[in-house]
Amino acid sequence: MIQAILVFNNHGKPRLVRFYQRFPEEIQQQIVRETFHLVLKRDDNICNFLEGGSLIGGSDYKLIYRHYATLYFVFCVDSSESELGILDLIQVFVETLDKCFENVCELDLIFHMDKVHYILQEVVMGGMVLETNMNEIVAQMEAQSRLEKSENFPVTLHLSTR
Amino acid sequence: MDYIGLREEEKLIQQELISLKATVSAPTTTLKTMKECMVRLLYCEMLGYDASFGYIHAIKLAQQGNLLEKRVGYLAVSLFLHESHELLLLLVNTVVKDLQSTNLVEVCMALTVVSQIFPREMIPAVLPLIEDKLQHSKEIVRRKAVLALYKFHLIAPNQVQHIHIKFRKALCDRDVGVMAASLHIYLRMIKENSSGYKDLTGSFVTILKQVVGGKLPVDFSYHSVPAPWLQIQLLRVLGLLGKDDQRTSELMYDVLDESLRRAELNHNVTYAILFECVHTVYSIYPKSELLEKAAKCIGKFVLSPKINLKYLGLKALTYVVQQDPTLALQHQMTIIECLDHPDPIIKRETLELLYRITNSQNVTVIVQKMLEYLRQSKEEYIIVNLVGKIAELAEKYAPDNAWFIQTMNAVFSVGGDVMHPDIPSNFLRLLAEGFDDETEDQQLRVYAVQSYLSLLDVENVFYPQRFLQVMSWVLGEYSYLLDKEKPEEVINRLYKLLMSDSVSSETKAWLIAAVTKLTPQAQTSSTVERLIQDFSVSLDTCMRQHTFELKHLHENVEVMKNLLPVNKSCEELVVDASLSFLDGYVAEGLSRGAAPYKPHHQRQEEKLSQEKVLNFEPYGLSFSSSGFTGRQSPAGISLGSDISGNSAETGLKETNSLKLDGVKKLWGKEGYLPKKESKAGDAPEAPPVPPESAAAENPDQAGAKRDQAQVLVQSKEEKEKQLLASSLFVGLGTESPINLLGKADTVSHKFRRKSKAKEARSGDVASAQNLTCSSLSSLSSATYKGNDCLATVQGRASAEAKELPLGPELLDPECLPELPLVGKLSDGNLSVPPLFADSDMEVFHPPLSAVAAAPAAAPGTAEITLAASFLEDTAEDTCSGGVEVCGDETVTVSSYKLWQDDGFLMGWLVAAESGSELQSANLDIFPAENFKVSERPGCCLPVTEAGSSRWFQYSLQLERPFTEEALSGAVRYQLVDTQAGQLGFSVSLSLLDFVRPLKISTEDFGKLWLSFANDVKQNIKMSEPQAALPSALKTLQQKLRLHVVDVRGDEGLLACRLPPSTSCLLHCRAHADGLALWLRSSCPALPDCLSYQCHKALEGS
Repeated sequence: MIQAILVFNNHGKPRLVRFYQRFPEEIQQQIVRETFHLVLKRDDNICNFLEGGSLIGGSDYKLIYRHYATLYFVFCVDSSESELGILDLIQVFVETLDKCFENVCELDLIFHMDKVHYILQEVVMGGMVLETNMNEIVAQMEAQSRLEKSENFPVTLHLSTR
Repeated sequence: MDYIGLREEEKLIQQELISLKATVSAPTTTLKTMKECMVRLLYCEMLGYDASFGYIHAIKLAQQGNLLEKRVGYLAVSLFLHESHELLLLLVNTVVKDLQSTNLVEVCMALTVVSQIFPREMIPAVLPLIEDKLQHSKEIVRRKAVLALYKFHLIAPNQVQHIHIKFRKALCDRDVGVMAASLHIYLRMIKENSSGYKDLTGSFVTILKQVVGGKLPVDFSYHSVPAPWLQIQLLRVLGLLGKDDQRTSELMYDVLDESLRRAELNHNVTYAILFECVHTVYSIYPKSELLEKAAKCIGKFVLSPKINLKYLGLKALTYVVQQDPTLALQHQMTIIECLDHPDPIIKRETLELLYRITNSQNVTVIVQKMLEYLRQSKEEYIIVNLVGKIAELAEKYAPDNAWFIQTMNAVFSVGGDVMHPDIPSNFLRLLAEGFDDETEDQQLRVYAVQSYLSLLDVENVFYPQRFLQVMSWVLGEYSYLLDKEKPEEVINRLYKLLMSDSVSSETKAWLIAAVTKLTPQAQTSSTVERLIQDFSVSLDTCMRQHTFELKHLHENVEVMKNLLPVNKSCEELVVDASLSFLDGYVAEGLSRGAAPYKPHHQRQEEKLSQEKVLNFEPYGLSFSSSGFTGRQSPAGISLGSDISGNSAETGLKETNSLKLDGVKKLWGKEGYLPKKESKAGDAPEAPPVPPESAAAENPDQAGAKRDQAQVLVQSKEEKEKQLLASSLFVGLGTESPINLLGKADTVSHKFRRKSKAKEARSGDVASAQNLTCSSLSSLSSATYKGNDCLATVQGRASAEAKELPLGPELLDPECLPELPLVGKLSDGNLSVPPLFADSDMEVFHPPLSAVAAAPAAAPGTAEITLAASFLEDTAEDTCSGGVEVCGDETVTVSSYKLWQDDGFLMGWLVAAESGSELQSANLDIFPAENFKVSERPGCCLPVTEAGSSRWFQYSLQLERPFTEEALSGAVRYQLVDTQAGQLGFSVSLSLLDFVRPLKISTEDFGKLWLSFANDVKQNIKMSEPQAALPSALKTLQQKLRLHVVDVRGDEGLLACRLPPSTSCLLHCRAHADGLALWLRSSCPALPDCLSYQCHKALEGS
């Protein structure tokens, strides 16, 4: 099971935080900080797996991360997940983001935080991998944004008249 | 925002939060604006700012908004709140409404929020709705419904038990996504109990075959690999199913072979599949061809230049090295390289691998490597982990005393105060108890003392507190072994430490204890007096008490010498655990009208029962019935010991006196009983294994290895590495690898179990130590005689367990066709009852335990198999003539046990040897104390030749409960040729022979419960109490033949009867650290006997 999904930038600022296990607010922040320090210390050419340390579950838990330009994507998983499988899941997630945002960058994650969460919800639900098929996820998202546009129409009208 | 200073960011966000707060609480704010605010709040909260004022608005948004607003509301709720947040209850109605919506998006949103966050107690409200969704026409809904149910299974497994059958439907769903989602559930459930799902192996294999064969739509391919995540999941499931199960494993060999073959290495994700394949191949029942292929795969991983794959290769090696140590040998050079890898994660995994292959020959090198790593690492978690491993290896394989002490010194000084507290206590235990060889022990102690003294002489070095505590204990106990060092000097050093500021008050207590121990050995010591002066004014009350004790003892050297003998740390202390010396005080208190003492758990239960507004109990359990407390109050103790007049004696006789039974249970939870139990469990353990014998040595092979390695010599560096390799991999022979490793494994197992059992013991030593130091007044003359009793009982139980040969043929599906018939036989309760032909408990047990081991799907079938096994025995025994209990050259007597629904029969067959004929035979049963024996004519055996044998049948009725008893009797016979004789025999009976299930309703149970006056409570420690309840109930049902009346949450009700009229009720409740059994019966002694049997059954299971 996936315990947490953290995305932060090279300075450690969180950009997406999703816990699937309950941690108090302060602990969550601490986990993000410590994970950042753990990951930051590592060169790019060494392995993508890390042991989670005492904070998030102990020896049964692993941090699996990927580094893209300015962002770190970190998945914290227990032993029932395959390391390489999760590594590719991160890839799927990022590629999906890329498709949905057309050249995703850090700012997209800041300004469309809700949308990023919706995409994530299609990939991982309650800590379990729900969908790994990129086209399927994108299709779901497109259906939802169509909905958005149809509802947004009167509102834009209202804004323009103001 | 990154480029603005941190402080400015904070200012900005705080401003934003203030304006957001104003906006969301303004009544005019539209939902549309609210939606925007919510996203902003989410962002603030993610950055770590408090946005709790918005929580309620998030719920409102989810309740009232249109589709898009609702979506934001749900998202915010699932990010803001947690499962037990009170606001979440407000959402339940909305979720129910949305689940019923015709709008697909709303349903999906509701399912998503349910699977992320939902209050446990509200599950029943949505469960039926979600169950319906399993039949929904849209696959996305079905998929989400399956995952939501999985979530329920995780947080409240009991509530979804009834829909397991629906999961099977999901597994067969036409949509691959739904099927894949259901695999999450199966993976989990199979992990919990693999035997229940063996029948699905075929389905999983077929699915995997189809996936591997590319039968899925192209949509599911990822980089042209067909559904890799699905494959990984399936392989894991298969690995769990095939573990230790040859039959199941055979089903999957083909598909695993194909997976290995098909996974061509063109992408990262194929490695993921390969890795799972290898893992599965090594998990299931081994097949040599597959193992070979898997080993090759591991080679590919280990040798890969990609670090991720190398890491996984090492991980795989670590996993398989116990089965196949040669594999580690093959890759030894790679492993050596990994030891110096720049990536610390790779290094750690390598150390983990080395840890698994450690033996007495390579231990020094491996421990050295571990210590090197330990000194570099700073993370507490790593230190704790590694320190534990080093200590374990050092204890197991230490080559000599000096090395052992030095290694432990390193462990203590680096591990310091973060390590597991077991490590120092195990170490002290090892020193105190020693091995078999007394001189060796003394040397070890002397060495330890010397090394500590020299460590203490080093100026300006600070040692961790735990290390100082270990030092002070050892110095206090064993510095007498040194000739040249006088106790005064040791005391001086300890005094210096005591005065240091860097020492915690706990350590100071240890130091004072050490000084106290040394004082009687010292001739005169001004330091002690100085110490007394310094610390009798200490602000720390604990220190002051210790000092006063020391002061008073110091005044009377003779008492002190008696009290603190040299080298007696392992002697057992005599403790009057019944606290009988307080009887007078208690009686006085009671006579003055004080309330009788209630133990902690009872008080808590009473409190709980008072707090409960609504009584959810299925029956009228009243915890505070006055009769109950009265029976168990300490007034009973005082009376008991007053009558006997001698308090010490009561301590001894506690096993057979009723009142003291109650006492025993009373004190059970707080330590007295557990202590005893742990000691008893401890007794049959083997003495510590000396490290020399811990692993097989094979110097020849090591030499050969070295030669082999030298062929490859190229450079100097290379040479060094090979030298290292030869020292690391020594002892991992190629010729009998399995044997060697197997041996090492059993050794480690033994050790580990021992150390656990002895943990409590070491605790005892420690507390005993405290006793010597401080609470002298509590010493009295009663002893732990009960220990021996318990020990023998346990010993016997374990001996019995050993004697049980498993009858695998009973588990064979081939005997299934016979079952219906057997079922009819036992159901119909025919006048000729099924004959259970075994003579005593030892032989009687195997079928039972075999059934218990074969976790039958439903209890009903379990009963049938039980009957089947008996029937089989009968068939066997009619041929062999039953179980012989006695005999001579002419006559043999066999005995049979017949369990009937309403009674228990014993039958004896007196048979003459061939060629002679019995003229007459008489069978006398000697009167037994605990049961009534009455003759019962009739014959249940298939007719035998009348002339040569006689059948005697008796019905046995229990009069007084017992646990085990022998029934003896004699046979007088006269043969035709006038030869006469007499034979005596004896058959052992167990209480279980008389126990029958009592099938009653919960209501009746409640009524009976209240009407019964005799009760016994017992706590059974279990590792996983929550999971243990169902299995415990099953065990009790099968082994003791108790009827499970009801199971509610973490409580279970069982009932049994002892024909003709006695019955006993059992209430068991799983709590944080075990299972609480509570038995009640109309018969006074029965609960106690039965609780013993329960305990035995549960311990054995």
